[in-house]
Amino acid sequence: MMIDPLSVFLLLVAAATPILFAALGELVVERAGVLNLGVEGMMITGALAGFAAAYASGNPFLGFLVAALGGAAISLLFAALTQVFLANQVASGLALTLFGLGLAAMFGKPFEGVKAPPMPAGPLGINWIVWLGLVMVPLVWWFLNRSRAGLILRGVGENHEAAHALGYNVRLTRLAAIAFGGAMAGLGGAFISIATVLQWTEGMTAGAGWIALAIVVFSKWTAAGVLAGAWLFGGVTVLQLRLQAAGVAVPVQLLSMAPYLATIIVLVLISARQKFSRRAGGAAPGSLGTNFHALR
Amino acid sequence: MIQLVPRQSASSFWQIATPLMAVLATMVAGGLLFAALGHDPLAAIRTIFWDPLFGPAASYSRPQLLVKAAPLILIASGLAIGFRAGIWNIGAEGQYIIGGITGAAVALAAYPAEGMWIFPAMVVAGAAGGWAWGMIPALLRNWFGASEILVSLMLVYVAQRVAAWMAFGPMKNPEGFGFPGSRNLQQYPAAANPELIAGTGAHWGVVAAAVAVLATWFLMSRHIRGFHIRAAGTAPRAARFAGVRPQALVAFCLGLSGALAGMAGLFEVAGPAGQITDKLGVGYGFTAIIVAFLGRLHPVGILLAGLLLALTYIGGELAQLTMQLPAASVQVFQGMLLFFLLGFDLLTRFQIRRRVTA
Repeated sequence: MMIDPLSVFLLLVAAATPILFAALGELVVERAGVLNLGVEGMMITGALAGFAAAYASGNPFLGFLVAALGGAAISLLFAALTQVFLANQVASGLALTLFGLGLAAMFGKPFEGVKAPPMPAGPLGINWIVWLGLVMVPLVWWFLNRSRAGLILRGVGENHEAAHALGYNVRLTRLAAIAFGGAMAGLGGAFISIATVLQWTEGMTAGAGWIALAIVVFSKWTAAGVLAGAWLFGGVTVLQLRLQAAGVAVPVQLLSMAPYLATIIVLVLISARQKFSRRAGGAAPGSLGTNFHALR
Repeated sequence: MIQLVPRQSASSFWQIATPLMAVLATMVAGGLLFAALGHDPLAAIRTIFWDPLFGPAASYSRPQLLVKAAPLILIASGLAIGFRAGIWNIGAEGQYIIGGITGAAVALAAYPAEGMWIFPAMVVAGAAGGWAWGMIPALLRNWFGASEILVSLMLVYVAQRVAAWMAFGPMKNPEGFGFPGSRNLQQYPAAANPELIAGTGAHWGVVAAAVAVLATWFLMSRHIRGFHIRAAGTAPRAARFAGVRPQALVAFCLGLSGALAGMAGLFEVAGPAGQITDKLGVGYGFTAIIVAFLGRLHPVGILLAGLLLALTYIGGELAQLTMQLPAASVQVFQGMLLFFLLGFDLLTRFQIRRRVTA
């Protein structure tokens, strides 16, 4: 069997795209000091909202726009709970995932069995949204490391008390970060429904949101690291599909565990490095997962 | 302007009042949602919350209450202990599936032997399977610092695929005419988990859930380990000075909640479900998280919350049949419940005062 390295690479990049979007969004959220475990719920919301809009309008790009809006809209539920009602972030994120999965399953029924409108190929025959994902990597890097707003966002994430004392609005910064994370997760979910599977099925994100969360840890909270993690994941997925297609004598169900097992292994390796390495750095943002309540 | 003042300790009045408010708010919001979907909201609420207990078909649906509540309460009892200590096992669904498989494995290996030992051995094997699956995130966290949240969750997807592999491969019924799925354990008396008292729905899982409620109550309020767990959750540093070993606590909490989830899986496979299929996991492990929070991580609260969420399952099925409500509306309902609970929880931790302007 001839394997063309370029075409395998392109498959890998496409397979990595949903995770790339979601993980880049979550990266910004976590750099602002917020742990949103609702990525899976926001992705599935985007997958359905985007698919429905693309199907109804016949325009896949409109679908992606609606997916981003849908993901951002549902993320505001999490933002309200954690930023206004000061609820526990782990529990609120879980609630968002459970609610999003239910909501999408409920409203998705009429869209089962219909096909997504075809997407025009982008430059070099590569999907426009894949390009968008790749462009987002340097943009997010630039925003976090070179822009003033990014500096404030990181300050809020590292030490919210200090940022507040300097006069920055902690809640508003975090609200904006959460909405951005929601929009990115929505785009990632819509890539699965509109550009990969081409139809809507219940629970179709199949843990991609959770894998994205793991990739943010793997990335050591950097945009380049997110790209590396997403591509690693894409590689495992493509390899697994190739092995299935080649008829390897391993049951399909065991092969399809590969992405999840790979995620665990990667998570363990990177956590071990952070735990045992002498050099500091690559650590989580200082205020990650803690709520801010201004007493003054 | 209003101002939020943190309370010294959680208000006991609001601890009890907020879950009730959350249930009411969910009914109102759920009613609005159903109205938006073109259903009569009052009829929908009545179908979900009233008819399963007192409606025309209640004699059929009432026993289902215990059948559905038992796994929820059993799993949530274990999860709540970890949540108290800040140890987040959100992979109970996976531990439930693996427990069902290891428990059923004993029965399938023993088939067609008879003996009083078979069912107890299955329960032990189910608990051991769930325990082992829960120990994976525990050890990875203790040894390498890997997040138990993500590892336990990833293992749910792995467990689902193990179940599918078993149903289509090693555990497939040799007399099943090629259909996927194991032998039906309900037709194998030594391994079956039958209804103990006719018409109640009570099987051995219900007994186990009742024992779990009592045992976790004892553990948390009367045993030194329970004190350690509560201390680790509220003041980790102080807990260390009190002699709490964080690593031992992680292993204990994840192991215990895994074992309870595994038992719940076994009782389901040997009872209501009857066999290993690829659809072994039906979401009890995730709903149990809501049960634990709604029950305020307290054994008695979990008992009541488990019964209430069991009711939403049964009522949801009923509403699906009689009103053609979408099946996923139960999930939406449960998600909303958790949202409202987390929101109202503000009242237990903060006092709302009018800001005094100087």
